[in-house]
Amino acid sequence: MKKSIKDWFSEWDEDKINLTELTANQGNENLIKEEKKEHNISELVELKQKELSRAGKIYPVLAALLCVVIIYFMLMTVSGLPKFGQADNPTNNEVVERYVEKGMEETGAVNVVAGVILDYRAFDTLGESHVLFTAVIAVFTLLLADKEEKETIEEGQIMKQDNILRNTAIFIVPLTVLFGIYVILNGHLGPGGGFSGGAIIGAAFIIYAMAFGFSGIEKFLTLKTFRIIVLCALLFYSGAKCYSFFCGANELHSIFGPGTPGMILSSGLILPLNIAVGIVVACTMYGFYSIFKRGRI
Amino acid sequence: MSFTVNFPLFMIVLSLMSAAVSSVLPGKVARVITLCLNAVVCTASSILTVYLYAEGPVFYKMGHFPSPWGNELKLTYLGSLFAAIFATVMFLCVLGGKKHINLDIEAKKQNFYYIMIDLIQAALLVFCFTNDIFTGYVFIEICTIASCGILMISQIGRTTLAAVRYMIFSLVGSGLFLLGVVVLYNITGHLLMPQLRETVEALWQSGEYRMPLISSLCLIVSGLAIKSGLFPFQFWMPDTYGYATPASSGILSGLVSKGYIFFLIKIILDVYGSDMFYSSGMNNVLFALGVIGIVTGSGFAIAENNIFRMIAQSSAAQIGYIYMGIGISPTLGIVAALFHIITHAITKPSLFLSASALSDSANGYKKFRNLQGVAKDNKPAGIFFTIGAFSMIGIPFTMGFVSKYLFATAGLGEGSGFKAYTTIIVLAVSTILNTLYFARTVIRIYSKPTGENRIKLTVRNQKPYVTASVMFAIINIGTSLAASPIFYLIERGVSRL
Repeated sequence: MKKSIKDWFSEWDEDKINLTELTANQGNENLIKEEKKEHNISELVELKQKELSRAGKIYPVLAALLCVVIIYFMLMTVSGLPKFGQADNPTNNEVVERYVEKGMEETGAVNVVAGVILDYRAFDTLGESHVLFTAVIAVFTLLLADKEEKETIEEGQIMKQDNILRNTAIFIVPLTVLFGIYVILNGHLGPGGGFSGGAIIGAAFIIYAMAFGFSGIEKFLTLKTFRIIVLCALLFYSGAKCYSFFCGANELHSIFGPGTPGMILSSGLILPLNIAVGIVVACTMYGFYSIFKRGRI
Repeated sequence: MSFTVNFPLFMIVLSLMSAAVSSVLPGKVARVITLCLNAVVCTASSILTVYLYAEGPVFYKMGHFPSPWGNELKLTYLGSLFAAIFATVMFLCVLGGKKHINLDIEAKKQNFYYIMIDLIQAALLVFCFTNDIFTGYVFIEICTIASCGILMISQIGRTTLAAVRYMIFSLVGSGLFLLGVVVLYNITGHLLMPQLRETVEALWQSGEYRMPLISSLCLIVSGLAIKSGLFPFQFWMPDTYGYATPASSGILSGLVSKGYIFFLIKIILDVYGSDMFYSSGMNNVLFALGVIGIVTGSGFAIAENNIFRMIAQSSAAQIGYIYMGIGISPTLGIVAALFHIITHAITKPSLFLSASALSDSANGYKKFRNLQGVAKDNKPAGIFFTIGAFSMIGIPFTMGFVSKYLFATAGLGEGSGFKAYTTIIVLAVSTILNTLYFARTVIRIYSKPTGENRIKLTVRNQKPYVTASVMFAIINIGTSLAASPIFYLIERGVSRL
């Protein structure tokens, strides 16, 4: 059986475009990979040229026309919308009123935005953090290379010479990480939160990797730890929110009360959730940089 | 409140958690998790359907805050019925497409594939249950990225190209949808569907903000129409469905685009209300595009010489039917559209799986001339392909017949004069066209072999595929025999949605 599978798939479809079957051929995999790559690129270019010639010059004209029509209708729509910032706008209704007036009391978060995204409308944010996770997985699928490949471009050979970058990074990176942690931990007390703080920490990692190469970061963040950290953060997030949704829907008392607004340990689940979101965002930012730069983490 | 109503929350969280857990597991374990997840979702949704059928819709708070402030789910039995169907189809797709998932995808990336399937499962559940238009948008994003992922994961030139094209179309769709939600929020101040419905109704009657209201409707409808592939936005389909691994093709054509359409129907009925939607003229646009889509989709399918691309082009025609149904009327038309969603979700994946089994037998070739007589070497695939083809044509005792009958009834019963004629004529013409390309294929695979070397495949060497196909066939024929109870279920559900 196994042998026959190899046989059927070793032949190419005659249009030589669909090469799916090649993956099955394990014999001389590397050779085939090379061939596959070449064919793909030339195939794509050919296809693109064919399409362009087929499209001719009428597509750009039509596209421009369509854009003009859409712009016209969108401008008409915008001019029909309520004027920005008026007191009697439809958006200033009982929903926003309760968020602003009772938000602090009900969620325990001084930062009303954190209260809205992590308590009132927490389900949306649960989805949103999984959007990030989906994006990471999609980028992994596309760009994750084999381990042996790409080892050569490693270690930012150009950057390494750059004294200005290195010396600045020594000062900036710890401060940026600290600031990121502050923004995350302070998310329920003032402007900030997991998304912004995580982005700051991710940026610090990226600067560090640029200045000192990836080997420094690999001491504490490999693909394995990366996956486990993201996994724990997401599991905690889903689990905690599931508990809180379950309590809310069944009118049960949740053990995470709002606490005293203004204290660092207050506002129920918002602080731990901010930390979880922060971890996911920081890992995502750095993961994207690393995987785009060298095909792995 | 019974414990049953917590099922949707648990199902959604379970899908998200299994996606997260799969990221550290090897592909094989991830597959088992995905299959278990689908089975659990299917069972739980079925129990929930029975419960909600008796008890009526339930509004389920997501958190401690009631409706206009917090997120909410609206559990209707129609939603959970569709969730159960979607989960069943997904289970069978993953099961039947197992062989090709293993062949097409690098071993160490296989768990990524199952992660994305789990995430699509979560998104489909949310489309079925959410009562909040913005939650819908968030999960549309997840669904978009994950569908691009399962498409490009086989990483050969053509699928990458197809994925880029699909991504562009899909992102334009999401963008338009988001713009529509923003405009709607600006003039109503709400994101939850019941409150939106009230405000929209008041605005429509008073005539205030008429232009933004209509353009929000246009943006939302066109966003979802682009994502589900209504004419003239169907050009991503042949490449997307034609070159992905068969399980992906089945899931993308049978579930993802149908999830968007289900969500669209929900928005039409729950947010804008059938009165506004059917007096705004938008339904006529959908009707016209649907009709054109049916004819052009079938025409393109006839012109194809690759079996996968032909099935993909036929998907465009089927999407056309669904939008035609939505365009006809808010009652029978939408019922027919919903029934056709089920028909297509059951039939199309089985066709993709069977086509891939046939092409396996023909040394992996996908052109018709290489497939001549191949059904003699792969008897099960031949039989299941024929059943699927019959269902797409609309031969009696298959689901396709029932949905075409329902479209005809809807057109004659509730369409105005012109629409009634158009519906009947289009149904007749498209049935002939469908017959042309599907019957041609069936005859081809059963005609005299050309004498090439073929791989003989029996039931024994393709057990997962045969199991899945048998299930598809049983559901297909069973549903067509039990069409009237299901019709009644959907009709009752739509009138109370």
